[in-house]
Amino acid sequence: MSILHLVNKSPYERDSLDTAVDYMLDGDTMLLIEDGVYAAMSGGKAASKISGMKVSVLGPDLAARGISEEKLVDGVTVVDYAGFVDLVESNDKVQSWL
Amino acid sequence: MNLTIQVNEGPYQHQASDSAYFFTKAALEKGHEIFRVFFYHDGVNNGTRLTTPPQDDRNVVKRWSELAAEHDLDLVICVAAAQRRGIVDDGEAERNKKDATNIAPGFRISGLGQLVEGGIQSDRLVVFGD
Repeated sequence: MSILHLVNKSPYERDSLDTAVDYMLDGDTMLLIEDGVYAAMSGGKAASKISGMKVSVLGPDLAARGISEEKLVDGVTVVDYAGFVDLVESNDKVQSWL
Repeated sequence: MNLTIQVNEGPYQHQASDSAYFFTKAALEKGHEIFRVFFYHDGVNNGTRLTTPPQDDRNVVKRWSELAAEHDLDLVICVAAAQRRGIVDDGEAERNKKDATNIAPGFRISGLGQLVEGGIQSDRLVVFGD
């Protein structure tokens, strides 16, 4: 059974990303949306925490914050809303870390 | 796939309602079924027809109403949250002796059981909030 972990808060604002990382198991995926996309920046506070994990980031929310895809941690994939829907479908459950 | 969407935040204050709308729209475009959209806490403020945002801004309430009309969506507002925040339909106006209603087209007011049912009947429950 796999879980999609949704994180929508900047790691500079709240510790929801840390909580999600602690609960993630093999096979789980994290999707960063809204201010959560700041966690995907290489050299950022959360970069070392998410490296090596299955992490996706919502493209429109990245663009809205002026973050280019070259600035992302290696291995992070960019998805659009259709890709968001696909992630919800391909995992058994969805957990929003609000 | 059959989905229930939960929206916990009002329009314009937080991105949650926008994210929920674009996710719902994308799911419908991919042929998935939306069992219900449940508006809880401040999310009930997405359901007042009395908002007038500037013409060059997105109209969050109207956008939900139009999506509901187009896809026959069930947009449900939590009754207890609505009573606290003054979201009123005909039934609530009569029950609580209010002199007006403000519910937007496509929305209806009901209880928390509708969220529980959504969680049981749907393949996935996706929550958007602060």
